[in-house]
Amino acid sequence: MGSFRQSQLDELIEKTRLGAEELAQNFSDLHPALTRDEAVAAAARCLYCYDAPCTRACPTGIDVPSFIRDILHDNPLGAAETIFEENIFGGSCARACPTEVLCEGACVDRTLLKEPVEIGRLQRFATDAAAARAVRFFEPGPDTGKRVAIVGGGPAGLTCGFELRKMGHAAAVFEAREVAGGLNTLGLSPYKVTTEFALSEIEPIEEMGVDIRLGEHVDAERLATLRSEYDAVFVAVGLGQTRTLDLPGAGLPGIVEALDFIFPAHLGPLTECRVGRHVVVVGAGNTAIDVATQAVRLGAETVTIAYRRGPGQMSAFAYEYELAKQDGVVFDWFVRPAAFEGNAHVEGIRLQPVDPESFSDAGSTRVLPCDMVIMALGQEAILDQLGRLGQGVFVGGDCESGGAEIVDAVQDGKNAAQAIDAYLKA
Amino acid sequence: MKQPDLTADVAGIRSPNPFWLASGPPTNSAYQVRRAFEAGWGGVVWKTVGHEPAVNVSSRYGSIDYDGRRMVGLNNIELITDRSLEDNLEEIRAIKREFPNHAVVVSLMVESTQDAWHDVVRRVEDTGCDGLELNFGCPHGMSERGMGSAVGQVPEYTCMVTEWAKEVASTPVLVKLTPNVTDIRGPGRAAAKAGADGISLINTINSIVGVDLDTLAPRPQVAGRGSHGGYCGPAVKPIALNMVQQIASDPDIGLPVSGIGGVQTWQDAVEFLLLGAGNVQVCTAAMHYGFRIVEQLESGLKNWMREKGFETLNDFVGASVARVGAWNQLDLGYKVVADIDQDTCIHCGLCYIACEDGAHQSISRTEVPLADFLANGLGTTAVMESGKQTVVAGAGHGYVNRYEIKKDTCVGCNLCSLVCPVSGCISMVEMDSGLPSMNWSEYQEKLARGEVDRIEPPGHV
Repeated sequence: MGSFRQSQLDELIEKTRLGAEELAQNFSDLHPALTRDEAVAAAARCLYCYDAPCTRACPTGIDVPSFIRDILHDNPLGAAETIFEENIFGGSCARACPTEVLCEGACVDRTLLKEPVEIGRLQRFATDAAAARAVRFFEPGPDTGKRVAIVGGGPAGLTCGFELRKMGHAAAVFEAREVAGGLNTLGLSPYKVTTEFALSEIEPIEEMGVDIRLGEHVDAERLATLRSEYDAVFVAVGLGQTRTLDLPGAGLPGIVEALDFIFPAHLGPLTECRVGRHVVVVGAGNTAIDVATQAVRLGAETVTIAYRRGPGQMSAFAYEYELAKQDGVVFDWFVRPAAFEGNAHVEGIRLQPVDPESFSDAGSTRVLPCDMVIMALGQEAILDQLGRLGQGVFVGGDCESGGAEIVDAVQDGKNAAQAIDAYLKA
Repeated sequence: MKQPDLTADVAGIRSPNPFWLASGPPTNSAYQVRRAFEAGWGGVVWKTVGHEPAVNVSSRYGSIDYDGRRMVGLNNIELITDRSLEDNLEEIRAIKREFPNHAVVVSLMVESTQDAWHDVVRRVEDTGCDGLELNFGCPHGMSERGMGSAVGQVPEYTCMVTEWAKEVASTPVLVKLTPNVTDIRGPGRAAAKAGADGISLINTINSIVGVDLDTLAPRPQVAGRGSHGGYCGPAVKPIALNMVQQIASDPDIGLPVSGIGGVQTWQDAVEFLLLGAGNVQVCTAAMHYGFRIVEQLESGLKNWMREKGFETLNDFVGASVARVGAWNQLDLGYKVVADIDQDTCIHCGLCYIACEDGAHQSISRTEVPLADFLANGLGTTAVMESGKQTVVAGAGHGYVNRYEIKKDTCVGCNLCSLVCPVSGCISMVEMDSGLPSMNWSEYQEKLARGEVDRIEPPGHV
């Protein structure tokens, strides 16, 4: 559940050298909000496909042609309602979804005009319109008398609670951190989703009567108690620490994990964030890109992503890769970390080149000097720490999938609510 | 290569090209008409003059936008000129001197008395203008005072007022008809009977363009109220084309036609000419984009004539008039069915749902597993690699829809080809219907004689 190691960052790495104004600019919206006229022009490109590929490609099945037609016809609230019916985190997903491989990847305009309809930005336009007017589209169902405990207040857990409230069940969410929303609030670089926005999207969930209890750590023992106190339990605890590498020097100060680097940008002012001057990121997934670009935007002089494979093998999406390149991130392909160098503090990372074909070690090691290493190798599973789950306990979100997108977590939450509802009625 | 000659002649009024500005806001003053002629327009019909300047309201125009496109239809409640007759005549005289080879026609509307018409015709013709256009069309305002469409809607009035004008006119007289009638040929025949030299049509269509959903006032609003206004713009073109063809094909009329109504593109203009108009008049498009659009109109017409091998307008004016006839004359033995080119299909499904819900349920939908789809290398679908994923446009939930025409039930209605966003993807292909070429009347006769079997209703519905 991600213990918080801010202290290590605080003590050993200097604060950003950039001023508040420059930081604000560096962390401004990656894709600015559309104006009404821009939205209508973008919406006019939508063909209103039947059995639309975009909808089929959306894990939450948002009726994309329907909401875009609402925008086109000056009904942004109707558009927002269509979105939130399927995805109560529609505003966050509009900002953070890898649309390139989901709705926009499936858009037939990619074939016809070589560019997809800007579905993500249109979704943001609609959800922003609803947020600006504080419109609420849902109300709790008639009370069923059933009570469900939800362990983990990330997008899966909160969505599940919201859906359960629609069905009339009581829902209590137990969140270990002092902040609700899980990685949707803390885990995305703020130029994608700001803390304020992420938290604002939780308000309608609370207003539906989802009881969110912060600072409530649930271990195996507590889970057993919850099982006896509630009619059902949904476990959506997410993942734990970033995986570490058992290498010489791995304990050196200055080596931090990805989420510990991202979290402070959400928990305090950007001027308080810490970043090295020469940063090496280990790993090439989407989180690695997030931390690399965040390091650049916080003022690192050089940022290098070191990856044991090549661009064809990395799990980062193509547009994330482009974003990192645009930000000046350097990619060091086909190298695996062999050791961390330094005495009181990390001073370099020793890299072992590997053969691009066989991936076996090739040639001698070299040292890449740095004063900060960020490990972005994926998070460890923690579900088994909760022991045997037993009847009436449902599992979803990252702790089950091993790590996926916000939109996948939302769908997991919906599926869990459906399954729990059926279970409670059985 | 001999270049196309765009010279037009309608009722003896000649112009260097067939593009005139219709009577309306763009032809309100010498300042505008000068700019128009300099931009390349072949003629103008001066905004309607009368004995007394009109007093106008504010606001005056309302429009229809369609899915992001502005002013697909426009309506107005503006009246005839709000300037004095003397000022107008002075400017017309000056313009005619300045542009002797351009057509300057003046639109007229005065009180429905013989004296009033005699007076205005004489005074206007004294400017040296090339012709007159009698405004029997405006559906708003002036009609409430017994002018405009109040005249055009009653063939007897049309005939009477036209005769008054013709009694004193020495230049060609065009009668401009209102479309707000049940059969346009009635007033057309009345104008012909009265000796008109030509017919202009259509004037604007009676309309309410919309209602403001905040204030609940009709648009355009004047202090919260509205009025019926004249509708024009691209949306009215098909109505105008129909009426132009009706006038051009009527053996009892036989007059030159000046075509008006929603001309926006060169193709619109050519269609009017093919259906019998000797020239076209444009207003809304110039109000939307300015006089410069005449460059595209002229260029499009000229290059179409080059491609078709036409040297003059007379080579094709009216060429499609006789192609329009009664439904009963259409060939029941002719059959087309749709064909979807799978190589260019983008899998949007618009053809399918249009046929399924709006037509004849003759398109099938098959979910092709994505792996099969990719293995077959179908079509031009965009494929992209990102984050170890293969992203396929048109795919989702692991399949791509394949849409195919059920040729045995397709009635050849065209709908799928009309909704398809990909040029040339759906074509209508001729096929043997198994029936002889015959129209409905012939079919009835053949049936009676036992020469053909009864055509069975479609069996799949």
